[in-house]
Amino acid sequence: MAETKIVERKPLSLSERTYLPQIASGLKTTVSHIFKPSVTLQYPEERPPIPEGYRGVPTLVKDPNGREKCVSCQLCEFVCPPRAIRITPGEIVEGDEHEHVEKAPQEFEINMLRCIYCGLCQEVCPEEAIFLQDVYSLSGYSREELVNNKEKLYELGGTLPDEHFKWDKKKAAEEAALAGSHH
Amino acid sequence: MEISSLLLKVVFAVVMIVVVMTLAGYSVLIERKVSSWVQGRVGPNRTAIPWIHAIPVLGPFLTKLGIFQPLADGLKFLFKEEITPGHVNKVYYYLAPVIALVPALTTMVVIPFGQYTHPDTGVTHSLMLAPLDIGILFIFAVSSLGVYGVVLAGWSSNSKYSFLGSIRSSAQMISYELSMGLSVFPLLLWLNAPGVEGGLGLTAIVNYQENVWFIFIQPLSALLFLVAIFAETNRLPFDMAESETDLVGGFHTEYGCFKFGIFFVAEYAHIVIGSAVFALLFLGGWHFLPGIADPWPAGWLGAVLSTVWFLIKILALIVFFVLIRWTIPRFRYDQVMQLGWKVLLPLAIGNLILNAAILAFIDSP
Repeated sequence: MAETKIVERKPLSLSERTYLPQIASGLKTTVSHIFKPSVTLQYPEERPPIPEGYRGVPTLVKDPNGREKCVSCQLCEFVCPPRAIRITPGEIVEGDEHEHVEKAPQEFEINMLRCIYCGLCQEVCPEEAIFLQDVYSLSGYSREELVNNKEKLYELGGTLPDEHFKWDKKKAAEEAALAGSHH
Repeated sequence: MEISSLLLKVVFAVVMIVVVMTLAGYSVLIERKVSSWVQGRVGPNRTAIPWIHAIPVLGPFLTKLGIFQPLADGLKFLFKEEITPGHVNKVYYYLAPVIALVPALTTMVVIPFGQYTHPDTGVTHSLMLAPLDIGILFIFAVSSLGVYGVVLAGWSSNSKYSFLGSIRSSAQMISYELSMGLSVFPLLLWLNAPGVEGGLGLTAIVNYQENVWFIFIQPLSALLFLVAIFAETNRLPFDMAESETDLVGGFHTEYGCFKFGIFFVAEYAHIVIGSAVFALLFLGGWHFLPGIADPWPAGWLGAVLSTVWFLIKILALIVFFVLIRWTIPRFRYDQVMQLGWKVLLPLAIGNLILNAAILAFIDSP
């Protein structure tokens, strides 16, 4: 059995029962708060620091060579729970600088009215092309305005450092193999 | 002659209404600004009128102070969609805000707000719209009519929230009216003590305080009156009318846009008038400080200075109203009733009897 501890409550003194000294000391606290600096953020002008790994608006990124990393494999489109992503796959034209890459998206749309910021698209992307970045405030005057197209997505995403350069390595390997076959 | 003096009266009345309404509007701003400072916020600071905002230093400063915010608020109230619920009693529903505003604005006719000393004769007049001899009685009689607005709003809204809110606040207002009236009686007793030129007019009360303010002679009366004023104006900690945790919006739940705005203005006009009455009764009205009664020069300059000093007192009281709001939590309803009937009323009666006994003792040969 747990022991019950009874805490004696002191009866209020006369000055406490009149409330007035308490109100006076309360007023002192209230007034002292007036002279303290305000703690609020003036939002549109001042922005809070965004923590690392924050899941904001999904964006598409380019690699340091300026190449679109997305190869339109459509995995994000399939995995997206609210079906906010729509990809129109496109071929890479012959003779292009990035010919060695499989494909590139012709159009890439993320409907921000549907997006639930779950981050599954970032999780599933084999090319590390889609990232949820620190943009957290977006608004528009129409529904159409909130469907981010490819251009907008790249503009939001910018360039992120790439550690793999997967397609560069493939190109180098192909070239090496080609050079090797001449021997 | 007749018509011109009548016209002058109308002009004075309009000026007075403009001043009181502006004070009411800007006490909303005071409330918002002081509240924000207390809470560590900045408060309204970006409403700007373009060509005033363009003035180099002053413009941005005024904008930051939120001076133009009441204008924006008023415009917003004007242009919002006017909604009348289908289930209300239309006549009384529309009548209620008017009835709430009228008493608040009527009481101001008997409030003296300054003094004018004639430069040649040296005779001092007080500045007021209607020099009534029963000023304080008039204020009590008319300001208690404000209850009708609340009751009518709550009843005609045909909603349980409104109804409960109006019943609660009308019960509260009536309860505190008693101790409010009783707390002022000792003042009037002293005012009409033997050997003193008496009366019930507010000018007489103010002039009695030339040397010592009543708040020092009658601190208990001042305290009781202050508490009663808080309850009368439905301010925190007595805002039973709209405790939104249990009543949504209280008696004005069903009111929107400008009708709600009128309730709002009425409430703040009540606060302004209440502060003015408190300043007149206990803080010496337009007298400068206890001991230094009238440093005001004769003529119109003195009149303006005394009026400004009175306004400063009112503004200080309004700020005090706001500070109390963030100091004391809201009472429970039974606590409100207990405080009103079991504490304030006996204290007021006791104070009255005590003062009467002292006066009788002095008066007895």
